[in-house]
Amino acid sequence: MRTSKRARIWLGVAAIAVVVWALMPVVWIVSLSFKHGDDIDNKQFWPTQWSWDNYKTVFGTDLFTSALRNSLGISLIATTVSVVLAMFAAYAVARLDFPGKRWVLVSALAVSMFPAISIATPLFNLWREIGLYDTWAGLVIPYLALTLPLSMWTLTSFFRQIPRDLEQAAQVDGATTWQAFRRILVPLAAPGVFTTAILAFFIAWNDFVFGITLTSTDKARPVPAALAFFSGASEFQQPTAAIAAASVVVTIPVVVLVMLFQRRIVAGLTGGAVKG
Amino acid sequence: MSTIAASRAKPKPKPTPHLSDRAKAERRLGWLLSAPAVAVLLLVAAYPILNAAYLSLFDYRLTDPGSRAFIWFKNYQVILTDNIWWGDFATTLFITVVTVALEFAIGLGFAMVMNRTFVGRGFVRTAILVPYAIITVVAAYSWQYAFANDTGFVNTWLGTNLDWFGGRWSALFVICLSEVWKTTPFISLLLLAGLAQVPDELEEAALVDGASWWQRLWRVTLPNMQGAIMVALLFRTVDAWRIFDNPFVMTGGSNGTETVSILAYRQTVGRTEIGLGSAMSILLFLSVALICFIFIKLLRTDVGRVTKT
Repeated sequence: MRTSKRARIWLGVAAIAVVVWALMPVVWIVSLSFKHGDDIDNKQFWPTQWSWDNYKTVFGTDLFTSALRNSLGISLIATTVSVVLAMFAAYAVARLDFPGKRWVLVSALAVSMFPAISIATPLFNLWREIGLYDTWAGLVIPYLALTLPLSMWTLTSFFRQIPRDLEQAAQVDGATTWQAFRRILVPLAAPGVFTTAILAFFIAWNDFVFGITLTSTDKARPVPAALAFFSGASEFQQPTAAIAAASVVVTIPVVVLVMLFQRRIVAGLTGGAVKG
Repeated sequence: MSTIAASRAKPKPKPTPHLSDRAKAERRLGWLLSAPAVAVLLLVAAYPILNAAYLSLFDYRLTDPGSRAFIWFKNYQVILTDNIWWGDFATTLFITVVTVALEFAIGLGFAMVMNRTFVGRGFVRTAILVPYAIITVVAAYSWQYAFANDTGFVNTWLGTNLDWFGGRWSALFVICLSEVWKTTPFISLLLLAGLAQVPDELEEAALVDGASWWQRLWRVTLPNMQGAIMVALLFRTVDAWRIFDNPFVMTGGSNGTETVSILAYRQTVGRTEIGLGSAMSILLFLSVALICFIFIKLLRTDVGRVTKT
């Protein structure tokens, strides 16, 4: 549809409003993290004096550095496991004909609707009994319940978008189904697999319910849960500045991924229905 | 019938015997490839729920395992006749209705802006993805500090000196605001996908016929993206009903802002009342199942279309 000049100006204004609304809380927490000492209570948006002190504080505390290590390790393991498992299942659903394949996706969807706390409370008891409480494995396993359903749906939709002709040509030339999968589909699907991994990582990285329910020490506690246990540079200081700096540190990887792969993330979230 | 029986008893070379073998192999491979994922799903989700259903029938406190006793449905009776449960239930319902309604209205606006913006389209989408990807707890801290009495700029800007987290409704206002900020991008992208599928010709025809912008929206655009709207609403309603992170960080559930998820957490982890906490988990699970049932059966939401090509 053609857009008139006046409509275009309004669209421009609306677009700027959207960007400001989306970025303002992020800019605010960045600004907060650079406030020095008592400046944190200046009740203004910007610091009167910029300083790196809060970053020095958080990187100097074991609470944060170990949480960062836990978050990265646990999220990456959970992402890898669920993407690999989902790749096989999604290929089967998108390409093969077998009874019950509808139920594979339906069960994934059903699990994605489960309230995290409903899984976390029985696991709190179970993990204590079998020794998985406060361990990496104790978080990787429930994280699969978060990441696997999304990975299965996203990958199935990506696989369905790849034209079938190529595999069929390979099979006519004598390749087995497995060879067609490994040699033809996997390379073509690589961008989709990568996008799925990013989305799964976001979900694992974001978790708070399992993190706070199933851990008790630095051994496995991830960043979102650790933030709740922060204290300031000294015991008598408000933890606000330290939390702000730690928040910015864990937001940086997310913002970088979004900036680099905006197009693919949108395609992954919408099943490729949005172009451009 | 007899010919089928005969061919089963003594397999004769059919015109396409190779295909049938192939189909059999395909079926086996299909099961083989999807089995690990399905098994993991059952193990990490179905098993804990069944375990919770079992534990919910016990009077069981972790700190006092000796007095563990089977009490049938007494935990449920205790919960369903308790004022705290129904108070938290109402709070959760309030948050769900308000946030989903606001997210839908704002998300639709975002989707329409994104659908028509040509200059800086990539930049707008990148900006909008930031709230989606940011950690919920971080978003909650950011909004909390913005409104807090000691650190916040909001009171300065408004010229007020309000203790936002001291009262129930002002605290719920900030919680809803943070939740809307964080989750509107998701709903707007789903709506954008629906919007992209509405044929331009339809809108143009309506325009030629002299329909106003409002009429085109209600009579042409929205009815044609009904499927996408219902799916977006289903996902967001279920998600909002499970809300935990935001109120936990901002108020810890005080001043009448506690949600059912926080209550279940408090029973299990705080008071180690495993039986009572499990019963709450099951009630939460059943309420989510009910929401799904209403959307899928009564409102005929076609969930299959989410990622169907």
